[in-house]
Amino acid sequence: MSPLLFSAIVFAMGCYITAMALALLRLVRGPSAQDRVLAMDLICTIAMLILMVLAIRYRSAMYFEAALLVSIFGFVSSAAMAKFLLRGEVIE
Amino acid sequence: MIPPIPLWVEIPVALLLALSGVFTLVAAIGIVRFRTFFQRMHPPALAFSFSAWCVTLASILYFSVQDGALSLHAWLIIIFLSLTVPVTTILLSRTELFRRRNSGDPDMPPPLSACVSPSADESSPTPR
Repeated sequence: MSPLLFSAIVFAMGCYITAMALALLRLVRGPSAQDRVLAMDLICTIAMLILMVLAIRYRSAMYFEAALLVSIFGFVSSAAMAKFLLRGEVIE
Repeated sequence: MIPPIPLWVEIPVALLLALSGVFTLVAAIGIVRFRTFFQRMHPPALAFSFSAWCVTLASILYFSVQDGALSLHAWLIIIFLSLTVPVTTILLSRTELFRRRNSGDPDMPPPLSACVSPSADESSPTPR
């Protein structure tokens, strides 16, 4: 791995960690429940991005399955929570 | 032994990764700094679309060159994300509208069924 690619990966990771911390701030502080759901969705997406960058870092395609799983769980949890806030039930 | 990746591949991969990091950071700053929920719904779209596309293109380029063949399995993530993100966004915006209408917020627009009065509905000619 060349120093150029390594420094780009470190920079992207730093940006992701900072973004995750900021989204966590919104998750803790959010005035309404919708804000928290939105921040949780953003955190799941950033976790998926981190896994995809790790796949490039360690040259292993195994991380894509983990990224897909995190993405699926993030969507299901966000949709279920939004549906619960909207209707009071998840499945009617 | 893994063959080394040529430099003309590493430069675009590094640029795409750095770009995705910047987009994600902008999205997170936006979600913290905007004032209302309807404004705050917009910045995560940067992370959902631009950042995910940049990382996907970078990994497709990198793994295609490394394997010596086109490896497209990262497309699955971007296809899935582009299908699921609008669903979550619509549900969350409907939730905000519903809950703020219920709390009696005067800024919220009235529901469409209240705009159409039943008498106007009866007098209007029905199709067929």
